[in-house]
Amino acid sequence: MAVQTTGSGTRVSRRRRFHRRVAELFASRELLVNLTLRELRSRYKRSVLGWSWSLINPLSNVIIYSIVFSVVLKVQPPTSPTGLKSFPLFLLCGLIPWMFFANGMGNTTESLLANGNLIKKVYFPRELLVTAAVGSLVITLLIEMGVLMAVLLIVGNMVLVWIPMVLVLVFLEAVLVLGVGLMLSVLNVFFRDFRYLITVLLNVLFYAIPIVYPVTYVPVEAHVAGVTIPMRRIYELNPLTRLVGAYRDVLYDTRFPSVSTMLIIVTAAVFCFALGWAVFARLQRRVAEEV
Amino acid sequence: MDDVAIRIEEVSKLFRLYDERNDSLKATIMRGRRSRYQEFWALNDITFDIPTGTTFGIIGENGSGKSTLLKCIARILFPEKGQIQSRGKMSALLELGAGFHPELSGRENVYLNGSILGLSKRQIDAKFDDIVGFAGIEAFIDAPVKNYSSGMYVRLGFSIAINIEPDILLIDEILAVGDADFQQRCFEKFAELRQSGRTVVIVSHALGNLRSMCDHAALLEHGNLVSVGAATEVVDLYRGQTHLDRVADGEHGTRWGSGEVRIESVRIVAADGSSPSVVRTGDDVTVLVHYRANEAVEQPVFSIALRRMDGQDVAAPNLRDANLVPEKVDGEGWVRYRIGRLLLLPGAYDLSVSVYDYTLNHPYDHREQVLRFDVDFGTPHEEHGVVSLDGEWTLGVGEP
Repeated sequence: MAVQTTGSGTRVSRRRRFHRRVAELFASRELLVNLTLRELRSRYKRSVLGWSWSLINPLSNVIIYSIVFSVVLKVQPPTSPTGLKSFPLFLLCGLIPWMFFANGMGNTTESLLANGNLIKKVYFPRELLVTAAVGSLVITLLIEMGVLMAVLLIVGNMVLVWIPMVLVLVFLEAVLVLGVGLMLSVLNVFFRDFRYLITVLLNVLFYAIPIVYPVTYVPVEAHVAGVTIPMRRIYELNPLTRLVGAYRDVLYDTRFPSVSTMLIIVTAAVFCFALGWAVFARLQRRVAEEV
Repeated sequence: MDDVAIRIEEVSKLFRLYDERNDSLKATIMRGRRSRYQEFWALNDITFDIPTGTTFGIIGENGSGKSTLLKCIARILFPEKGQIQSRGKMSALLELGAGFHPELSGRENVYLNGSILGLSKRQIDAKFDDIVGFAGIEAFIDAPVKNYSSGMYVRLGFSIAINIEPDILLIDEILAVGDADFQQRCFEKFAELRQSGRTVVIVSHALGNLRSMCDHAALLEHGNLVSVGAATEVVDLYRGQTHLDRVADGEHGTRWGSGEVRIESVRIVAADGSSPSVVRTGDDVTVLVHYRANEAVEQPVFSIALRRMDGQDVAAPNLRDANLVPEKVDGEGWVRYRIGRLLLLPGAYDLSVSVYDYTLNHPYDHREQVLRFDVDFGTPHEEHGVVSLDGEWTLGVGEP
């Protein structure tokens, strides 16, 4: 195997370099597994309750949000075609994918800086650090989804046949998070306060997508100074709104998401991934000098 | 390029020396720019090949770019111009145990580190016992590495890196790890790698080792390639050059340390009180060190080190080994090391003098190669080897 490191005055075509890169990533899949395991192992290694934290966290959120939004603010969950009407379950169908997204943003942003010492001393494809950060969260997400689906089964939603569809959504969301994460991780090396910006953005996003309330609560139109604004339309352009909606379609309502929803999700995932990959490929060369 | 393991072609590396660096968005926006920096070419148009199966040394002073070049070869840094091609699995020893996770056990870290260095699980399984055995930490392999001593940590890191048997091994001045026994095993391992046709690239300024270990070497100076060729020639060139440099600025070699105690002067004094630059084998010679402590310093350890011109260490006595460390020094003073019979054989020798703290980790003042002197034939009249054993020959006939 011949390996080349080239400066900008390169002889190797861009296309060949891309192919080599993909081949290299494929060759290091075992390292990816190990890095992912490292993330998972170290996350709960020092805590008394260990792995159960990954379930206690969402549980506490569900209790808090259910009390605040369902009991205090009287948000009404929709009734599913199967006759299910439960705020906690409605909430969980959106909250679990959301937590994956939010934690994904946070962890990927830190993934390069946190491993600065490794980056400065050893060569390996740097994308793997970001991918491992996402990968470990995918495992957590799958466990949480498993528990949620078990509960849904008990209350009478036949979700077993929808497992393939859930996996498709998990995959698409992971690609989206990975894309954004690739970009954030490398930008955070150059601008160390990026993480604070992310925290603020996540706070806004949490209420800007239908997690603690159904989409139907968003007014179809708003009238501002005589101008009619199609609020619901704009609201539904957000791929995250669609993503949460799609999970709910499948799990809560046990039906296929609409074609437009799937199109928006796929487009967003592909776009984010391509953008993230490009930004990462461009900036990663100087990462070892800057971390 | 079958016989070339690494081909370095017209490689230049640019560093940014930041005058101002705004590594936050806020500062960047407020200042209207991310950074202000000067460009600095750490490597300038370097071209040479490293042949397959050889041990190759890259030498040069601090700041000559040798470590930068090694990092470019290791693909940690990307050169701005030119390209580097390499053939075969490469492993770099830039820092031992980089990538260890403190919370994970030694066993888990072996697998993690091994896979970072490019091994599959099955390959690590096969080498696991060797790795742990070589590091000598069988008893602690399931304890978290945060509980390891620094020696164990480094030994495990080294053991992993060297046992993965790369085609190309890159080493950055780390041979000085572990105790003498461990170092001995490291050298044996290197010899094994060389014999099995692996390529080893070493960056170092431990010249004595390099000259004997390497087949070829390259000399860098301020980012430029000065010479590349047979190791003996390149090392001698470098040595001659540094010697010239030193003569040029008087008796100064390189010097470092925090300066609480400073070595003012070093002299060689003969029995008659003169300060000769040439002494003879068998002479009564004293090394006289004059120091000044700018503040009260507790338990300073003075040492002198004697080295032959080809880098061979001859002796390095210090006050700690002699159990004569002073409780405290303050102000001016002197230390004398008297050699009743100097048993060095003819040649040129360099004297380094240093004063460290009691742990020998923190240098107050280290003056490398502060004095050079020549030894001429004397009594005993011998020529070969490093020192005379001052033995006595007797002859006889018949049964002894």
